[in-house]
Amino acid sequence: MTGFPAELFSSLSTRNVLLRRITWFVVLALLLAAPFLIEAVLGRSWVRITDVAMLFIMLALGLNIVVGFAGLLDLGYIAFFAVGAYCYALLASPQFGLHWPFLALLPLGAGVAAIFGILLGAPTLRLRGDYLAIVTLGFGEIIRVLLNNLNRPVNITNGPQGITLIDPLQLGSFSLAKTHSVLGLSFTPVHSYYYVFLACAVLSLLISLRLESSRIGRAWIAIREDELAASAMGINTRNMKLLAFAMGATFGGVAGGLFASFQGFVSPESFHLIDSIMVLCMVVLGGMGNVAGVIIGAILLTVLPEALRYIGPLQQRWLGEVVVDPADLRMLLFGLALVLMMLLRPSGLIPARRRAIPRPNPKTAEATDAAG
Amino acid sequence: MEIFAQQLVNGLVLGSIYALVALGYTMVYGILGLINFAHGDITMVGALVALTAVQLLAAAGLPAPVVLLLAGAVAIIVCATLGVTIERTAYRPLRRAPRLAPLITAIGVSILLQYTAALIWGKQYIAMPEIIKPERITLLGAQLTTLQAAIFVLACAIMAGLLWFIHSSRMGRAMRATEQNPEIAGLMGVNINTVIAFTFVLGSAIGAVAGLMVVLYYGLGHYFMGFMLGLKAFTAAVLGGIGNVAGAMLGGLLLGVIESLASGYIGDLTGGVLGSNYRDIFAFLVLVLVLVLKPSGLMGQHSGDRA
Repeated sequence: MTGFPAELFSSLSTRNVLLRRITWFVVLALLLAAPFLIEAVLGRSWVRITDVAMLFIMLALGLNIVVGFAGLLDLGYIAFFAVGAYCYALLASPQFGLHWPFLALLPLGAGVAAIFGILLGAPTLRLRGDYLAIVTLGFGEIIRVLLNNLNRPVNITNGPQGITLIDPLQLGSFSLAKTHSVLGLSFTPVHSYYYVFLACAVLSLLISLRLESSRIGRAWIAIREDELAASAMGINTRNMKLLAFAMGATFGGVAGGLFASFQGFVSPESFHLIDSIMVLCMVVLGGMGNVAGVIIGAILLTVLPEALRYIGPLQQRWLGEVVVDPADLRMLLFGLALVLMMLLRPSGLIPARRRAIPRPNPKTAEATDAAG
Repeated sequence: MEIFAQQLVNGLVLGSIYALVALGYTMVYGILGLINFAHGDITMVGALVALTAVQLLAAAGLPAPVVLLLAGAVAIIVCATLGVTIERTAYRPLRRAPRLAPLITAIGVSILLQYTAALIWGKQYIAMPEIIKPERITLLGAQLTTLQAAIFVLACAIMAGLLWFIHSSRMGRAMRATEQNPEIAGLMGVNINTVIAFTFVLGSAIGAVAGLMVVLYYGLGHYFMGFMLGLKAFTAAVLGGIGNVAGAMLGGLLLGVIESLASGYIGDLTGGVLGSNYRDIFAFLVLVLVLVLKPSGLMGQHSGDRA
């Protein structure tokens, strides 16, 4: 359904370049054919879910930079998503009568989100761990309360009603909101958006992978492991932490802009604390700091709740009534998953490799040696 | 001036409830260095249990004081059990884990409590039966109900009792020793696990009383009410200096007053531009300001980046 990074396959194909190329080709073909395959097997609604999954991959990768790489627990991450979404919504909707092109708006949204990231990061530089978590949580709530209340005295955000009729992505007269027919395949909006989101998600993935092994990424990981030692090694921890906030926010800002154009509607209701926690769950579930794990976490946590929707009718059939609301069940499972993950497998489904090293357990040490 | 006195009284009453909840945060933080994210939700469970108990007992026709006492007792027992269970199953195995792990677990426990409560009590607001009819009294030009006065007095009594307990009893001494250094306290014959479990029991029980006060004061209960209450109480704990019991009390009262005055005057100060719908922001602003300017809080010795 979505792209796995090369490293998942590297153990299979390091010796065989041909096999590697074939693998890549198959993955690429599957990714490109995915919306049509999914539509044929599961129905149109699942194509939409796939689109949302792509957005969540971007968000989770962004949060992974802050939480996974730099080790700064951010509980208000959805605020950057909100900033990106409202940035797009305000400048490409009848709200102010502005209709800027998306090519300008997406970078603008990313930039504005990055500024918010620095605004959040600057006063909290001294804080670590749980204090930082609470302040970021407060930041997320402040943004939401502002979005809810900035409808008077001057109506900016239209309050709880949100902003409607947001422009879709369009270039000239080519709009993604229309159904296009190419080579006998009909590309409905959800199909077209899939490709845009896929491209953005892959781009985020590449940036994440490149960042991880870069000087900056290694600096972040050093700060995560031991901030004092990192600064003693000459890392400018202040700038690096601000950069982590800004980079993470950028991903959220772009995803927010895409979300606004995709939905055509934004309201403060989409940006609750619980959404921040969901993105955090994705990062934690997959394995903090591991890009492949984070992607799998994002897919799992987007798809599973949707699958849980089928529980409602099943309860109706078996028990005669809906005992547990599927939405509540989803949250219950989220909570349970967070607790169980931390108790049983604190480093996630696929732990980041560098995290595994300092553990003095001979079994893991052997495994790391064998894998590396 | 009358408005000022009125807001001051309202703030003090609200603040005394915040202070009670803040005690739970600050005691656990002092001993474990963990923000017990689920504490607000434990208070919520206490509030809803008390509410249900009041509904059942009032229907049975018991007199109001008996109903309240019994409801409070039931809530305290449920919350204390809940608190100690959470500590035992979710936090204890992670005591030596990296710092992010218990925090994420705490968030998970918080969500679990909220949605279990949503399953049991539903998602609608639940109204508290009006079993007592508060009378109005006037004090220094401010209107005050007997209920408000009772809440404030009871909260202060609990706080005074707790201070005495921590400073004078054997268990209180053990708690202080564990807070200073768990390993050494253990060597001196303090059973750390008992002390920590007891701290959770104590914090949760006080939280349960605070929950009962909230449903009495507002007349409503809701499965999500613990979130905001918890955040504000945490802010209060940080304001007073987290880990410091007396600080949490001071912080709670101060935060209540700040919030009350700020939301009472913000309309006038900004010429009607900003209204009291910004009320919930003040707590966050206070939190951010304290953490940035004086992370150790008003009375704390711990510094903010200790985390």
